[in-house]
Amino acid sequence: MLKIEGLRAAVEGKEVLKGIDLEVPAGEVHAIMGPNGSGKSTLGYVLSGREGYEVTDGTVTFRGEDLLAKEPEERAIAGLFLAFQYPVELPGVGNANFLRQALNSIRRARGESELDAMQFLKLVRGKVKALGMSDEMLKRYVNVGFSGGEKKRNEILQMAVLEPAFCILDETDSGLDIDALRIVADGVNALRSPERGMLVITHYQRLLEYIVPDRVHVLLDGRIVRSGGPDLALELEEKGYGELQAAA
Amino acid sequence: MNAPVVVPAVAPAVSALLDRYAGLKDRLPGARIAWVEAWRQRGAEAFRAGGFPTKRVEAWKYTDLSALRETRFEEALVATDAHPVLPEQAGGEEARIVLLDGRFRADLSRLDGLADGVRIESLADLLSSDDDALREVLGAIAPADLPLPGLNAALAEDGAVIRIAPGVDAGRIRIVSLGIAPSNHAVAFHPRNLVVLGAGASLTLLDGAHGAGKGTYWQNLVAEIALGEGARLTHVRLQDEARDAFHTALVAVRVEAKAEYDSFTLVRGARLARNEVHAVLTGPKAALHLNGAQLVDGERHADTTTVIDHAAPDCESNQTVKTVLTGRARGVFQGKIHVHRVAQKTDGYQMNQALLLSPEAEINAKPQLEIYADDVKCSHGATVGELDHDQLFYLRSRGIPEVEAKSILVQAFLTDAVSLVSDEALRETLLAATDAWWDEVEHPA
Repeated sequence: MLKIEGLRAAVEGKEVLKGIDLEVPAGEVHAIMGPNGSGKSTLGYVLSGREGYEVTDGTVTFRGEDLLAKEPEERAIAGLFLAFQYPVELPGVGNANFLRQALNSIRRARGESELDAMQFLKLVRGKVKALGMSDEMLKRYVNVGFSGGEKKRNEILQMAVLEPAFCILDETDSGLDIDALRIVADGVNALRSPERGMLVITHYQRLLEYIVPDRVHVLLDGRIVRSGGPDLALELEEKGYGELQAAA
Repeated sequence: MNAPVVVPAVAPAVSALLDRYAGLKDRLPGARIAWVEAWRQRGAEAFRAGGFPTKRVEAWKYTDLSALRETRFEEALVATDAHPVLPEQAGGEEARIVLLDGRFRADLSRLDGLADGVRIESLADLLSSDDDALREVLGAIAPADLPLPGLNAALAEDGAVIRIAPGVDAGRIRIVSLGIAPSNHAVAFHPRNLVVLGAGASLTLLDGAHGAGKGTYWQNLVAEIALGEGARLTHVRLQDEARDAFHTALVAVRVEAKAEYDSFTLVRGARLARNEVHAVLTGPKAALHLNGAQLVDGERHADTTTVIDHAAPDCESNQTVKTVLTGRARGVFQGKIHVHRVAQKTDGYQMNQALLLSPEAEINAKPQLEIYADDVKCSHGATVGELDHDQLFYLRSRGIPEVEAKSILVQAFLTDAVSLVSDEALRETLLAATDAWWDEVEHPA
């Protein structure tokens, strides 16, 4: 579903990704682990098309198409979703309107009918409830005045509404207490399906207790230095990244 | 030896207009009524003295009138007899006044069934019948020394006069002012509207200036508004003139004790627009809200200039003005708050913010506080910014196309100004006008 080959990328002239090869088939959840500064978040931004991240080499194929040639909105329409590590506040933009406009933009681009306000509310209310959120959060401005946990839940809510084919979760566990982590993980697990791929970026093994990955990759200094099954996460938890860093 | 007498040179454009006044004055409404003639003559003198102000005049430092000065406007005392298509906004149930090129058109207006105590008349009719009550308002509220309002006094042929008796709630009244320029020559018109609310009266006035046709015209408007004690006027103005039009407006407001003037002005039309408001708070506990938004694209120029006089204690004034600029547009905000020595316990707030969507767009902002009382609370702020790249990326990453994402952020920028309009339907009308503007603007790839 997602195939990354020889990907190199630079931020402000400094190379951060130094040749990444990674393939995530539909139906699988892969985790990317690594210490701060290893390039984890950069990978998420490069895949979603943020400006300022310059791809210098390599290819990314998503559902058979060249992902890197697409604008950010075209990537979303193709089915890619990034749950932000730091969700952006949008003062003056109502959360429900934002969600509906996003959903309708994608539906329109795919030639599907748009949802009116009533149809949309019906759809979103169930998902809000499942994430332990209140309807009141739909009326507020996007992420404005939200706690860290509420912002992360709001990201998962967007994911649940947009139902993307592929989800990238960038440190979705950071800033969450254990109850919130469980709710968020439940939300993510509910979206696991044989048609959907996921890339879970995290610093800590803790999240992977709740979202059990099929494969774990360790990112160090812009390269994947080890890949393995879910046990690799436990091993890292035990030994830390130091040993791998020394070996690399 | 005697010093030579220096006669100040009068620019040809100014003398052409003064000649027009000289030629028309015996036929203008109210001709041969002494006080009306004197009022017109004072106006002509103010225009002769000030002409088309240049950028050397402090109040016009950021707005260049040379394009207006160089346009030759034809003018005649001929009523426009077109039967125009009224804009969508004119469709409501409320009483409606239609002004066509500044002339009151009773045939297009809807004035039947007005409540007791609500009077709507044509200024031309009232001047011709020498309605003495007009003297307390006409020329009594607008400053006498401003040149363009002076020209308006000299040449005003008509306008709408709305008078609400004390204690009467007049509901809603709509003014639809249509500018229709013939394509072969430019025309100018100088309407003067009067709005008088007696003590305790209230009114919501929907005041739209709309353009039709492709020609050039100049609307040089003056509105004089008098609010008696405890009166309340909600004044929602939509300036949607034709793209090639010039629009210069002076709205002069007198707010007596405990009265409230609550206005929102959306500026989205005309190639060159100057929206000037002078408000005087003359009695204790008067309140003033001068909010608005300017949407300026292409080569357009929009100027909002306000002067607020706190001339009594315990009054409040609030002002939030937002300007969005694209292309090579120019925007101006000049806001002066003058707190007189007697105006203790004044509560004044002024905020102006601009959003620049293009590197070639420009805003000039000049807040000015003059405070002569020692026990006041006055604050002001100004910001100029661009769209936030993180916000734009966030929206796009959710599948929203770039132009639409920008539109969402522009609306968000305007929200805290538009939200000050308490009536939801009016808010929707303003937001729809914002959307329509956005759809007309060219969006570079």
